[in-house]
Amino acid sequence: MHISEGILTAPVLTCGAVLTTVGTAVGLKKLDYDRIMTVSLLSAAFFVASLIHVPVGPASVHLLLGGLLGLILGWGAFPAIVVALALQTIFFQYGGMIVLGVNALCIAGPAVLCGLLLRPWLTGSRKQQLTAGFLAGFCSMLFSALLMAVALFLSDHGFLKVATIVLASHLPVMLIEGLITMFVVTFLARVQPEILSLNRSSAQ
Amino acid sequence: MIDEPFATGSTLFHKRDARVKIVGAASISLVLALNSSIPAAVAGCLVTGSLLILSRPEPLSLCRRIATINVFTLFLWLTLPLTYGGEEMMQISFLKLHLDGIHMASLITLKTNGIFFCFLALLATSTTVSLGHGLERLGLPRKLCFLLLFSYRQLFVIHQEYQRLRRAARLRGFIPANSLHTYRTYSHLFGMTLVKSWNRGERVHQAMVLRGFSGKFIPLDQPQLAKEDYLFLITMLLLSLLLTGLSLSLLPLS
Repeated sequence: MHISEGILTAPVLTCGAVLTTVGTAVGLKKLDYDRIMTVSLLSAAFFVASLIHVPVGPASVHLLLGGLLGLILGWGAFPAIVVALALQTIFFQYGGMIVLGVNALCIAGPAVLCGLLLRPWLTGSRKQQLTAGFLAGFCSMLFSALLMAVALFLSDHGFLKVATIVLASHLPVMLIEGLITMFVVTFLARVQPEILSLNRSSAQ
Repeated sequence: MIDEPFATGSTLFHKRDARVKIVGAASISLVLALNSSIPAAVAGCLVTGSLLILSRPEPLSLCRRIATINVFTLFLWLTLPLTYGGEEMMQISFLKLHLDGIHMASLITLKTNGIFFCFLALLATSTTVSLGHGLERLGLPRKLCFLLLFSYRQLFVIHQEYQRLRRAARLRGFIPANSLHTYRTYSHLFGMTLVKSWNRGERVHQAMVLRGFSGKFIPLDQPQLAKEDYLFLITMLLLSLLLTGLSLSLLPLS
C-alpha cells in the first residue's frame, strides 16, 4: 500500500506534497498539547497495525486501519498518519522521502474524510455503529486504492493496467479492513467509549 | 523486527549533523526522482551507491532491505513489458513484449534503487531521535516533530503490548484461519492494544505535565554545525547539481 520512490512524475509529487502539507497543517491546528500525547500513541498503534498480518485465502495481508484512525481522531488523523508513514520509511524503507506526500495523501485523505462523515453514526443504534465501522474501513481503503491508481495513471498513462491490477488486488483487503474496523469499533464502544468520543451512558 | 541496523557506526556519515544529512538527502533524492533519462539514472545509482559503500552498512541487513524494496520493481518487471502499450514489440515465443515497457521498468528500477541507496547512506546513519530533532531545527512545526519523537518512543512499547496479547491468545489455542472468528479475535486484540495505548497516553501526559512539560523537548546534546558539516553539505549540493546537469543534458530530444 505504498508507492515506491522513483515512479511518479513532478506534477503528481508536487500536488501530493502540497495537499499533504495543507492537511497536516489543518490537523495540527486542531490538536492542542492536551491531546497530542494520545495522538502520538495512536499513531504508534497505527504503525503496529501494519505489522499485523491477517490471513486471507491462501495468503495474508497486513492491516492499515486508516478509517479507524479517522473515526477516532478526525482531522488529527492526518498528522498521525504522516508521522506513522515517516516512521515506516525510516524503519522499513517503504515508500520514501520524496513520495511521502503522495502516500500520506492517499491514506490520510480518505481516512479523514470517512472519519468525519461517519462519526455522527457512532452515537446511533448498534446497527448504525456496525455500519459506520464497516464503511469507514471499507471506503477509506477503497478510496486509498483509487487515489493510488489515479496517481500512477496521471504519472504515466502506460501504468493504466498496472493501476487496475493494484486496485483489483485490494478488493479482498477492503473487505477485511471493513470487517476488522467494524469489530474494533463495537469493541471500543463497549470497553472504552471515550476513545470514540462517546460517553458511557449513550453507548449502553 | 523494528530496528535501526545502520544507525550506529563511526564513518564520515555517522558523524555528520542530522540537519546537513536531511538537506543533502532531500536534494539528491529530488534530483533523482525527477530525472527521466536512463544514463543519468545509472550515474545517480553509481553516485549514491558509492556513498552507501562509504557509510559501510552491515551487509546482511543491507541485502534484506534491498530485496524488500525490489519486490515492487519485480512486480513492475512482470507487468509493464506486457501491458505498457506502444508501437515497438519484441516477440519471445508466445509473449509480446513492449520495448517502451522494458525501458520504463528499467528506469524505475534504477531510480528507486538510487534514491534508496541515498536514503540508507545519509538518513539511516542517523538515529530517529536525532532526525526528529534535526527536522525541528530545520523549521518543521514543533507539534509534528513532537508527534514523530513520541510515536517513535512509544512504538516499541505498543508493539510489545500487542505481542503480549497475541501470545496470550495463542496460549489459549487460537489458530488464525479464514473465518469470522479469526477476524473478530484480531480486532479485539488490536482494540485492546488501542485501549491500552490510550490509557498509557493519558498517564504519560499527566506525568509529564506534573514535571512541568510545556510542549518542547530539550535534547541533551545540541550540536553546532562544524566546518566538516558545511563541507559535507556543499559536497552533497554539488553532487545534486552535477546530477541535475547530467539529467538535463541527456534529455531525449523530441
